[in-house]
Amino acid sequence: MGELAIELKGIDKSFGLVHANKDINLKVRKGTIHGIIGENGAGKSTLMSILYGFYQADRGEILVDGRPIDIRDPNTAISAGIGMVHQHFMLVENFTVLENVMLGAEESWILNAGITKARSELKRLEKEYALEVDPDAVIEELPVGLQQRVEILKALYRKADILILDEPTGVLTPAEADHLFRILGQLKAQGKTVILITHKLREIMAITDEVSVMRRGEMVATRQTNKTSVEELAELMVGRRVLLRVEKGEARPGAVKLSVKDLTVRDSRGVTMVDDVSFDLRAGEIVGIAGVAGNGQSELLEAIAGIRRAVAGSVELNGRAIDVTGHADPAELRQRGLAHVPEDRHHVGLVLKFEESENAILGYHDDPKYRKGLLLDIDAIRADAEDNIRKYDIRPPNARLKTANFSGGNQQKIVLAREMERDPDVLIIGQPTRGVDVGAIEFIHRRIIEMRDQGKAVLLVSVELDEIRALSDRILVMFAGRVVGEREPDASEGEIGLLMAGVEGPKEAAQ
Amino acid sequence: MDYLQLFLELAQSTVRLSTPLILAALAGLFTERAGVFDIGLEGKMLGGAFAAGCVAFVAQSAMAGLLAAVVVSVLLSLVHGYASITQRGNQIVSGVAINFIVAGATVILGEAWFRQGGRTPALAEGARFQEITLPFAETLRGVPLLGPIYAELISGHQALTYLAFLMVPASWWILYRTRFGLRLRAVGENPGAVDTAGISVLWMRYRAVICCGILCGIAGAYLSLAANAGWTKGMTAGKGYIALAALIFAKWRPVPVMLACLLFGFLDAFAIRYQSTPLPLIGKVPVQLMQALPYILTVVLLAGFIGKAIPPKAGGVPYVKER
Repeated sequence: MGELAIELKGIDKSFGLVHANKDINLKVRKGTIHGIIGENGAGKSTLMSILYGFYQADRGEILVDGRPIDIRDPNTAISAGIGMVHQHFMLVENFTVLENVMLGAEESWILNAGITKARSELKRLEKEYALEVDPDAVIEELPVGLQQRVEILKALYRKADILILDEPTGVLTPAEADHLFRILGQLKAQGKTVILITHKLREIMAITDEVSVMRRGEMVATRQTNKTSVEELAELMVGRRVLLRVEKGEARPGAVKLSVKDLTVRDSRGVTMVDDVSFDLRAGEIVGIAGVAGNGQSELLEAIAGIRRAVAGSVELNGRAIDVTGHADPAELRQRGLAHVPEDRHHVGLVLKFEESENAILGYHDDPKYRKGLLLDIDAIRADAEDNIRKYDIRPPNARLKTANFSGGNQQKIVLAREMERDPDVLIIGQPTRGVDVGAIEFIHRRIIEMRDQGKAVLLVSVELDEIRALSDRILVMFAGRVVGEREPDASEGEIGLLMAGVEGPKEAAQ
Repeated sequence: MDYLQLFLELAQSTVRLSTPLILAALAGLFTERAGVFDIGLEGKMLGGAFAAGCVAFVAQSAMAGLLAAVVVSVLLSLVHGYASITQRGNQIVSGVAINFIVAGATVILGEAWFRQGGRTPALAEGARFQEITLPFAETLRGVPLLGPIYAELISGHQALTYLAFLMVPASWWILYRTRFGLRLRAVGENPGAVDTAGISVLWMRYRAVICCGILCGIAGAYLSLAANAGWTKGMTAGKGYIALAALIFAKWRPVPVMLACLLFGFLDAFAIRYQSTPLPLIGKVPVQLMQALPYILTVVLLAGFIGKAIPPKAGGVPYVKER
């Protein structure tokens, strides 16, 4: 384990006023999995883009296999044996797997010869690394996990010895992530070097040999994974001690606030996404809905929030029916005490081109306190927005800044503040911490517990099983649109995982 | 035989009227598949037609005219390319600007150079493209059915017409069977994928825009050197827009592009043939309505008859590396 695959010396990069990488030194040993961890905006992706030739460093030196090379574009990186799997896949969606793999490495100006070669080479790679994908499948018809496999195949097809993966599990289900880790293990066993960029501590601990921590553009530490701990890494990332476990007292459930009965929802293609789901949500409790993404959780949330019509069933809010199969009016539901933090904050939760203060009243703009005659009372809106900024520690503290300019965590806080500060009876939250950094996660979790302790009923949907287990008082597991089981939060991860995979637990089987 | 004669007449004029549409629509196919929308087909065609008219007259050579048309049209394409690829400007604005500039500049230059009131001097036979009679056309004319079809419909067009129809399979082959085509289609769908594969997005798009310029130039030369004997002001008469409509109608695929252009060409031919003849059952239809037919059809077809036409995903969006 002596030889270095990559060595970075004094890499420095600025974008205008933003100093993204400050004098970075990094050594990656051959045949290892090296993690790079840091919060969003710490400079990890920039550093890797420099290594891949996507950006040029202002200063510094890159050594591959001990030889200094000047990586000016992705071509140089590719020929130096570096491959990259981008966070947002660089695939042409209406091309086949084969065409995507070939693109840029076609052999000759007529495609035919290259196609034959690529086909046999793909077959070999599939066998060697257990990366099965149908070469003639069209990308947009493949699940995300397989699309990612195509990205890995692209790199291997170009004979990459060093593979960089940028936040590879952000879009994956837990099972797909596990499969990816097995693939990475396989690559390592074959002598490839893997650089894994992530902000998830669990992944680092599970799979890496060494880990380097970045914070605000600087490389703050490198550790051997088996000689460090989650706590130490979190502290290095954030720069202060972080509470990873959420402290919470016993739940004191009260009256039923939200009652869902026999709810069935179909998607636009007519596929049943929510199948005959019933449950009650009480004041002062958090009910978590666990499940692999795409098993109907999103549609369930949307139907309750009144933004997707159900085909059958009923929902009662505070004892009064919501017209879920007809025209439920989200604005009316808000007035009746239902607050909704949507799963997709970019498309549903926020208008990114609006100022922070405008987003802070989105959906509540009819409130008389924001009205001045026919016009909006801008002063009142800004005053409220600034209030939220203080309470939720939204940074930068500027109510007039465009929402697109806030980080993921701060954007999520804008949505949470908007929905939580209206004193709702029922709060439904989808993916509260998706794309949110560690520091903000801690804050968001605390706020959710506080809402519960104030006697609100909270329905929580998340694909992060850890999050569901940490926050929920009861856990419902959804699979293929049905609630397949209810568990206490102290049920083991394995037990819930089996339910999520559609394998019924012994309790249900016995019934 | 009367009906055969009628059919042949209509079919022949359909082919002639479709030729510039096919060339222009294929031109649009190349740039739009590469992610650069081009509403300036009209302007490029007109510019090409003008250049062809001028040079063919001065040099007394159709080939020189064709070459000039291609050069001018490619230059205009590069202007569009510079604005929308390098400078990342709005592609619609740039295209419209080109249409306006060409419409105005050709009239001014034409008047300044030739003083014939919005036209270039009429071209003599030798400075125009001649109809080509295919071998045995006359000997086979006697063969029932197939003979007249061969002699009247297949034979007897100008070289540029044959070129236009040959360009259809050629474009298909280039797009789907060559490295250039693969990269071109990729750059119109996800330029990021092309960039990370180590291929220059800008250079790919410039090459696509140049292809567009060449084809538009040929289309323009066809108008002034084959369909007419010289350039007249505004002679494209919206053909660039019809070609654009055909391109959308064909969902950006070469063979359907040809079929769509033939359809539009047929409507045009039909309108010309019957503009003063009473139709059975309907009677005499106002000329204006007949002339409006292709345009009405464009609106109707695009309004929903074609199902969902999904444009290339990165179309109209300048490529900026994510930061």
